Amino acid sequence: MRAAPAAARRWRPPPLIANPWLRIAVLAGAALYLVLALGTVEVNWARLSDGWARGLRFVSGFLEPNFSRRWDDILQGMIESLSMTVTSTVVGIAISVPIGIGAARNLVPRPVYLLCRAIIAVSRSLQEIIVAILLVAMVGFGPFAGFLTLSFATIGFLSKLLAEDIEDIDPAPVEAIRATGTPWPSLIAFGVLPQVAPRLLGLSLYRLDINFRESAVVGIVGAGGIGATLNTAIDRYEFDSAAAILILIIAIVMASEYVSGLVRGWAK
Amino acid sequence: MPVIAYPEGRKSWQRRTPRGQIAVWFGWLLAVAFTAFCWRVMTEGTIWAFVWDAPTQAADIGARMIPPRWSYFPTLLKPLWDTLNIATLGTLAAIALSVPVAFLAARNTTPSATFVRPLALFLIVASRSINSIIWALLLVAILGPGVLAGIIAIALRSIGFIGKLLYEAIEEIDESQVEAIRATGASGAQILAYGIVPQIMPAFAGISVFRWDINIRESTVLGLVGAGGIGLNLESSLNTLAWPQVTLILLVILATVVVSEWVSAKVRHAII
Repeated sequence: MRAAPAAARRWRPPPLIANPWLRIAVLAGAALYLVLALGTVEVNWARLSDGWARGLRFVSGFLEPNFSRRWDDILQGMIESLSMTVTSTVVGIAISVPIGIGAARNLVPRPVYLLCRAIIAVSRSLQEIIVAILLVAMVGFGPFAGFLTLSFATIGFLSKLLAEDIEDIDPAPVEAIRATGTPWPSLIAFGVLPQVAPRLLGLSLYRLDINFRESAVVGIVGAGGIGATLNTAIDRYEFDSAAAILILIIAIVMASEYVSGLVRGWAK
Repeated sequence: MPVIAYPEGRKSWQRRTPRGQIAVWFGWLLAVAFTAFCWRVMTEGTIWAFVWDAPTQAADIGARMIPPRWSYFPTLLKPLWDTLNIATLGTLAAIALSVPVAFLAARNTTPSATFVRPLALFLIVASRSINSIIWALLLVAILGPGVLAGIIAIALRSIGFIGKLLYEAIEEIDESQVEAIRATGASGAQILAYGIVPQIMPAFAGISVFRWDINIRESTVLGLVGAGGIGLNLESSLNTLAWPQVTLILLVILATVVVSEWVSAKVRHAII
């Protein structure tokens, strides 16, 4: 076999899509979509140049946050947010452990499995803010609506991940405990839960973190917490107060991530 | 292994030592007390009459919501297209911004572990801590209502998500391949292109599609604060108490979310 000329033998990484026609079609489709999509973005330049000054004020607000002007409101909002986070996470865990066990295919009969999976699907497909709007309409303004929203959202998240975890456990210990003739509850308590406990702890801490972040959102639609304070601050263009609230949220999230890292390392 | 011996000679196995049992019990006591305290604080201002009245309210709203107003559907097509664009363009912008941040944050590719890495990590945490709705709220106040605010809000929130997962993927690469490329005398950019990028490509594509799916879900509600998309119609229908329209919008949102989740699962399955 004759060696090809050096230039032609230069190695190239293989293209992602082998078929050249398909490759061109995908690229052309993507380009067409981009043109169409960017065409629908209406940019109001006059409004944007107005906004520029406000944007700068927001950035400078971030550099000089004003904690004092709305301190009472911020404190009240933070207390509501934090208490809402804790209670909703605890209630959410308490409800999602049985549902998670029920949604594990290897432990329960099929009707129970389908029922629990249906609950999870409903909870996961409704977004927090929409649930919050409906619940505020039902139970009135205030953190109780937020608490219900976050508990509801926790169920879908935690049960799904817990169920997937239970389906992945080592069947040998379960088999060994079943061989002792133990009733089903002790089978769960001694065969299943010890295997998933560290991960359940990790997931719960992660959800605590998410619930805190979401508690800032549900306040926008009236379900209590720091979101209401933030909404007021932004509506009044008090960007330095808004920046103070955002900085507090970021700091709490960072602290909770650090603590949950420590706890997870310790639980292993 | 703690074994308790009873006076009559029977022995019983226990999972924990008595001391351990007390410690665990005390831990639970503290947790319950703290939760009860938080419950007290949270429900201080709750008007229970409204809460007990909730089933009646729910039945009332439910009755108003049925049947959905199907004739409203054609009006929703344009907002739906906007929603799709907010999610897609926002994800694209986030990808463009988060890739450099991820490389700066990964321990094995960062130019300086003492100065640049903490800064990149802070950017990632800050972006992740603030929900896209809050970014949208801010951007609507700054830029005015519209699709653009939504796109930027989605992008700002996604930087943290993509950046975090991507930098973890970069830190988990197989160093020996990088070493092999380096041994050929490749430059820094070539090491990046031939040693690192091929290794993280599947993770990167998976993360991006996953975030796109989440963004579709989030962009459907951004309109509640004025940032364009189908949420605008939801907001106006809620404000005018047009419950049959609300039902239809919720159904459309649900369908969109299910479809995008299905697409994203298919694509991720094909990649990995």
